[in-house]
Amino acid sequence: MATHIPAGYKWWTGGKSPYNLSYGKLMMWIFLMSDTFTFAALLISYGTIRVSSNYWPDPNYVFNTFPFMGDANLPLAFVSLMTFILIMSSVTMVLAVHEGHKMNRRGVEKWLLWTILGGLMFLGCQAWEWTHLITHVHPVLIDGQIKEIGATISQNHFGAAVPGLMHEGHQVHLPGPVGFGNFFFGITGFHGFHVTTGVLLNVLMYFWVRNGRFDRLGHYEMVEKAGLYWHFVDLVWVFVFLCFYLI
Amino acid sequence: MSNEAAIHPGVISHGFQEHQEAHHHHESFITKYIFSQDHKMIAKQYLITGMVWAFIGGLMSVLFRIQLGYPEATLPWLEDIFGHWAKGGKISPEFYYALVTMHGTILIFFVLTAGLSGTFANFLIPFQVGARDMASPFMNMLSYWFFVLSSIIMLSSLFIQTGPAAGGWTVYPPLSALGDASIGSKTGMDLWLISMALFVVSQLLAGLNYVSTILNMRTKGMTMTRLPLTVWGLFFTAILGLLSFPVLLSGFILLLFDRHLGTSFYLSDIVIAGKILPNEGGSSILYQHLFWFLGHPEVYIIILPTMGIVSEIMSINSRKPIFGYTAMVASLFAIAVLSFLVWAHHMFVTGMNPFLGSVFVLLTLLIAVPSSIKVFNWLTTLWRGNIRFTVGMLFSIGFVSNFISGGLTGIWVGNSTIDIHVHDTYFNIAHFHIVMGVSAFMGMFAGVYHWFPKMYGRYMNNTMGYIHFWVTLVCAYVIFWPMHYEGLAGMPRRYYDYSTWESFKQFVELNRVISFAAFVSFMAQILFLFNFFYSIFKGRKVTTKNPWGATTLEWTTPIRPGHGNWPGEIPEVHRWPYDYGKDGVDFISQTEPVSKNESGGH
Ligand code: HEM
Ligand SMILES: [Cu+2]
Repeated sequence: MATHIPAGYKWWTGGKSPYNLSYGKLMMWIFLMSDTFTFAALLISYGTIRVSSNYWPDPNYVFNTFPFMGDANLPLAFVSLMTFILIMSSVTMVLAVHEGHKMNRRGVEKWLLWTILGGLMFLGCQAWEWTHLITHVHPVLIDGQIKEIGATISQNHFGAAVPGLMHEGHQVHLPGPVGFGNFFFGITGFHGFHVTTGVLLNVLMYFWVRNGRFDRLGHYEMVEKAGLYWHFVDLVWVFVFLCFYLI
Repeated sequence: MSNEAAIHPGVISHGFQEHQEAHHHHESFITKYIFSQDHKMIAKQYLITGMVWAFIGGLMSVLFRIQLGYPEATLPWLEDIFGHWAKGGKISPEFYYALVTMHGTILIFFVLTAGLSGTFANFLIPFQVGARDMASPFMNMLSYWFFVLSSIIMLSSLFIQTGPAAGGWTVYPPLSALGDASIGSKTGMDLWLISMALFVVSQLLAGLNYVSTILNMRTKGMTMTRLPLTVWGLFFTAILGLLSFPVLLSGFILLLFDRHLGTSFYLSDIVIAGKILPNEGGSSILYQHLFWFLGHPEVYIIILPTMGIVSEIMSINSRKPIFGYTAMVASLFAIAVLSFLVWAHHMFVTGMNPFLGSVFVLLTLLIAVPSSIKVFNWLTTLWRGNIRFTVGMLFSIGFVSNFISGGLTGIWVGNSTIDIHVHDTYFNIAHFHIVMGVSAFMGMFAGVYHWFPKMYGRYMNNTMGYIHFWVTLVCAYVIFWPMHYEGLAGMPRRYYDYSTWESFKQFVELNRVISFAAFVSFMAQILFLFNFFYSIFKGRKVTTKNPWGATTLEWTTPIRPGHGNWPGEIPEVHRWPYDYGKDGVDFISQTEPVSKNESGGH
């Protein structure tokens, strides 16, 4: 297998490699640890601001819509679907890596494509959710006047209901805590950015698999590294899901 | 596929081999000196970039020391150079704030983080663990160029109309979040944040390389317990950076959002220029937590590499093994862990719960334990040594002296009861300049003088080196020692003119003395720069492979090693790096097999 190593070169001569890992995988693991701290910092900041606010919107109320279902009240249904898609894409990634171990190029191609598709679907869902939140306006009482606003990074309509005040058949609310939009769009956006990077990485892997780069190298370790990243992004979503939708 | 198979071709494909095939026979000027992937060249690039920054940052301190030492003076030439920033020959208050802010940012991040780790991690790690280069030379090069990009942006902020950031090196909101708050919070602040974000990326790329090179690329026989302390110091430094810089990045991202997207992460209930801002619910204290979660580890990111350098140089020049190798490594480890648990000692006056404050006092004082273990070990290494007072050795001793002086005041400010009084006074300035600023520079100079022969195949001039050392040492104490008294008398930091305050008038002369010493010290650094560049071309040539009689692997390479470091095979390691004076032998190189009649131990 290692025929292209010139005679006399010893690349790793320190006995057994620590953790039996190549340096590339080690780097990926360390990077993920480091990125964990980025997300931890954001989520802990979110936690502190949220517990110090005296009002916070109920996720069952904020996230209760579903595409093409009109005003049907379906709390957390859509985000469950998103989460399911992302987790399935992790499963297909595992299969791609597995095929890589068997040096089966076709198999890797197939499962990578599914993973890319899963990632794109997740991003599509997120785009829909954001658009819905931003463009769907609700009546809000601001400075004694009723205004129709959507939920953006700087304002939202998820405050407490104003008892007895209706506007064109809709209950009027107070403005919600600014921090809600700040952190929701900030953190899900940052996570979405990670998913996007992951999809691009997978696309790159797909092309490298197709043109036989890894067959020439004799291993599919790069796909494994991309896989590590993908699972990490998935895992982070579980925490985001927990912090924004469940509690 | 077996892991073994993944390891070998993997290394080949990213490592030295691919590079060698591609470039070896036709290395152009560009690939050799500019976009180099050779760890030695990248180290020199970091060093010289760091020197440029150190010159700029030092010059800034000279300028604001003019203001502090001579608040009445008008110097027309200042106006000639700086225009409206120094109208009438007097540094304007806005300029003064910009100067202190950029001075701190530049010296802490660009010189003592990137310049210091960048130089010595790149230069020493592959040499001392016995590798041909970093794990990923390409990422290593990328890290340097991200640093350059970040530098260019920071530098450009000095030339824009509203000037650079001017809210202190910690850029606390709300001042830094609101463009209307001061001119230093306008475009300069954005450039500062963007530059620092790129800086974090550069640090992450570098750190990943350092850690994986140390763990995965060691030569045969180089177990972790045989690593020189320099490598251990750089190892913990890289880990600290990898785990704390991302938190800073998060903090900066939120700050950028507050500046431009109308969010209120750090803002609440603010009236500015008579206007009530709509922001509510945010917390500026949150920023302080995110900042100091990096900020405290950052001070150790600066000091740990120099601790390693000094340990190495002291052992070599005392011709004695380092005292307590295991204790040294253990205390580096303890410092690394504890440094994540003490950040709130920078925030005792933020109104935190006194009970929480006392927890942080306890954790903070705990850090003094491993720190003093290290100090005692350095002193015992010197004890009854056969000391050679090379310039590098003098700077190492200077390091220990300053580290003790500044560490002792650390115990003062570490107690919240005292710190509540001296927080944000010159006492704090004295503490951290001595323990971090001067110490780290001493360690860095020690390293430069010591490894210069390996870098350029020539020696630096000794006479200039001795002058550099003594002037720097004396001036450092003359500058920073009196600041303790000023701080205890309540003199706050970051004020523009103390002579107008009845209670601080007594310090007018003292401030003048401090400023004078600062100018002299700056001249001494110019002498160093001259010595450095002069010696690259004209220094005395190194004629033997191992001029200091040292045991570590870098001295087994040719005097001017090529890319790949060892012309033949990488040597195998048989012993720890501190066999000095063992069994009456002056020194035994790490590559020497242990002979049968050697006494025990390592
Ligand atoms: C004996 C160990 C040490 C203790 C207990 C200690 C404690 C402290 C405390 C409590 C403060 C906050 C003072 C205030 O803001 O009022 C402080 C400031 C500072 N310390 Fe230390 N320190 C120690 C060693 C070090 C070391 C080794 C370094 C750097 C290598 C360092 C660098 C700094 C810096 C840079 C600041 C000031 C940051 C700023 O406010 O701009 N300290 N130290
Ligand atoms: Cu600290």
